[in-house]
Amino acid sequence: MTMDLTIGPVAFFWTAERMRDFYRDLATSPARRVVIGEWVCSKRLPFWQHEIPGAVETLLAAGTEVALSTLALITLKRERRQTAELFAAGIPVEIADLGALKHLPEGAPFQVGPMVNVYNEGTLYWLARKGATRICLPPELPLDSVRVLAQAGREAGVAVEVWGHGRAPLAISGRCYHARLHDRAKDSCQFVCGEDPDGREVQTLDGKSFLTVNGVQTMGHAHTTVARQIRDLGEAGVSAIRISPQHGDFAAIIDIYDRALRGISPPGATLTALGAAMPGAAFADGFLAGAPGLRPAR
Amino acid sequence: MTQTPALPRLLGPLALLPLATPALGLALTRLLRRIARQKPAILARLGDARSARFLIDVTDGPVILLIEPEPRRITASRRDRPEPVHDAAIRGRMAAFLAMLHGREDGDALFFSGELAITGDTGAVLALRNALDDAELDLTEELAALSRPPLDRWLRHASALVARRSGFVLSREEPQP
Amino acid sequence: MMELVCPAGTPAALRAAVDAGAHTVYCGFADETNARNFPGLNFSREEMAAGVDYAVARGARVLVAINTYPRAGAQVVWHRAVADAHAAGAHAVILADPGLIAHAAETHPDLRLHLSVQAAAANPDAINLYADSFGIRRVVLPRVLTVEEITAINREIDIETEVFVFGGLCVMAEGRCSLSSWATGLSPNMNGVCSPAGHVAYAETEGANEARLGGWLIHRTPKGGPAPYPTLCKGCFSAPATDTAPAQTGHIFEDPVSLDATELIPRLHKAGVTALKIEGRQRSRAYVAQVVRSFRAAVEAADRGEPMPAGLLAKLTEGQAATTGAYAKTWR
Repeated sequence: MTMDLTIGPVAFFWTAERMRDFYRDLATSPARRVVIGEWVCSKRLPFWQHEIPGAVETLLAAGTEVALSTLALITLKRERRQTAELFAAGIPVEIADLGALKHLPEGAPFQVGPMVNVYNEGTLYWLARKGATRICLPPELPLDSVRVLAQAGREAGVAVEVWGHGRAPLAISGRCYHARLHDRAKDSCQFVCGEDPDGREVQTLDGKSFLTVNGVQTMGHAHTTVARQIRDLGEAGVSAIRISPQHGDFAAIIDIYDRALRGISPPGATLTALGAAMPGAAFADGFLAGAPGLRPAR
Repeated sequence: MTQTPALPRLLGPLALLPLATPALGLALTRLLRRIARQKPAILARLGDARSARFLIDVTDGPVILLIEPEPRRITASRRDRPEPVHDAAIRGRMAAFLAMLHGREDGDALFFSGELAITGDTGAVLALRNALDDAELDLTEELAALSRPPLDRWLRHASALVARRSGFVLSREEPQP
Repeated sequence: MMELVCPAGTPAALRAAVDAGAHTVYCGFADETNARNFPGLNFSREEMAAGVDYAVARGARVLVAINTYPRAGAQVVWHRAVADAHAAGAHAVILADPGLIAHAAETHPDLRLHLSVQAAAANPDAINLYADSFGIRRVVLPRVLTVEEITAINREIDIETEVFVFGGLCVMAEGRCSLSSWATGLSPNMNGVCSPAGHVAYAETEGANEARLGGWLIHRTPKGGPAPYPTLCKGCFSAPATDTAPAQTGHIFEDPVSLDATELIPRLHKAGVTALKIEGRQRSRAYVAQVVRSFRAAVEAADRGEPMPAGLLAKLTEGQAATTGAYAKTWR
């Protein structure tokens, strides 16, 4: 079985125009499925949610599977209401917070995003009984766990996905670090995260790139990539790898992974191609190896 | 914390005698072996850190101690000699060490405030601290147990006297009700 | 009176907590099944059984935290921990993983289940999902909520709530943080450790104390000053200037402070909170005794409608500064 590509929800605060262009371009990409929705901060949603119906329509018309993502940290009443509304849209929902399941219509299938803690077979089977059809595993899982979970997924009829490319989501908080960097509180953030379409870099005191702040979310600075582990993932029985949207020539990145999955690129060429497509970027692949996640991919 | 130098001054002349340092090491080794016999849980709690070599640098004390839990050995060496090879070091004043050992002060609080400084294998230091904390040691009682009557009684009296004069915690703290 | 839930990393700390007036003590087995899997800490099976006996004989209860996420293919280790806690006479087990909770509910129907803060159930929907699916009896609320939000949650759920009032402060949603494994390969969810000591190195360079985690510089403080533990989210970092913002250097995520919500106890009581939790299974028996004694006095004062004592515990907090954390909305 060949793996295919899932495009995750946009983690950053992009303008409505950028979102519109991004999803229009995706419709012609080789990605098999797209997850769309505000994943990080509900305060951003009013600025671009009117773009979602059009994007969904375009993607579906192009034959791409679509799912709607919930928020990763649901606390406010408004956020809970919005979650309930997602399930009423008639399109599969990808839950990013387990609490979203409370709004799941009886017997409706759903997907599970990488911010939901699926670490073992027990949890996978429980989600499968609830109606999960697809699970993207947490980025920190090592390959040994991925193997067991992909096997369990096959037995339970759940497609198992792995975080394939992009700044890994490492943490989510009630506090907005982007606003804090501007000496503001979350409630008076003035949407400063919109100024950094790929997040804001955080370095150690000795000047080493380390993390990325994206509103209430903290990500790695190096881009996590499975470029060197694609064969292992295929052998493990993983059904898809997830590419996380980013600034720049995203079509080129999708193309690189598409070629790798179809076996067109020789082993080793994928990482080189990524380096050429993203000049100056750092790549990491430690998580799957059970090493520090930021271990450079070489 | 009170920083009174009474005990170091008491111990100071010891280090000047050429034979005193090895003798101190032997005495402390005897003490360590007794504690290890009485409280085997300490070594169990140490886990992998059992094979670590801990340098205890009591900065206002006369000598530097090297504790090796696995061979159950304590070696004392003079401050003017090169430091023995070690995996982890804890440095600080006598009062801080004794307060931590006897449960008067929290190890983390002493580390965070800089009263005790750690270098080397931090995991091993943590294991040692946790193992000693659980053991509820009482140095005065341990020393007394090594002495024959009436020496043990005199020792307890002397310890209480030094503790009162110096402010050092020389016995286990009992929680006040 | 509000229930005081106190930490114990060793049998000595458990006895100290009970003697100091803890209503309940929580602890874990000495392995990867609990979220304080630190060197030299925690309980063997025998120590756990003896600890439960000691507590019960003095009218106190013991909760066993089995709150990491079982490793795929090795779930039996966690299943055994639940069975052993049950056999030891634990009042309840504190669990985070849905798969493990499902197993516990099925295999030990008479065992009381608490939902760990590591499950990150931050809204009534998530809490009710666990309560309805597994019969969870109490939820430990994440430290991302305000008092108002806690009040609102309690109006919509039927199970007890427990909140943190003192000790270390996670600024990220707990159980959903991989910062530690990003830098060290070891995480709270998988290994029960955050910024593990084995990856910490302190050094003196050019008149400064440096603390590194996995080789990454997390703190640099003047020599002789306080040397905070290099917990990643409380580190000192810099954000280089961008086209629209100047450079910033400092504690970008959280200052090295710790939580002290003593003053909020009456409001938490009014918010419907059942139990107050003290963090710190990694702290000494001296610390546990002092904190428990002080909080026992505080909950008794709250019960009599008296004002809360203030500032008693300053010396015991990390970096000597305290915050009421997310309980006040301005923290965000």
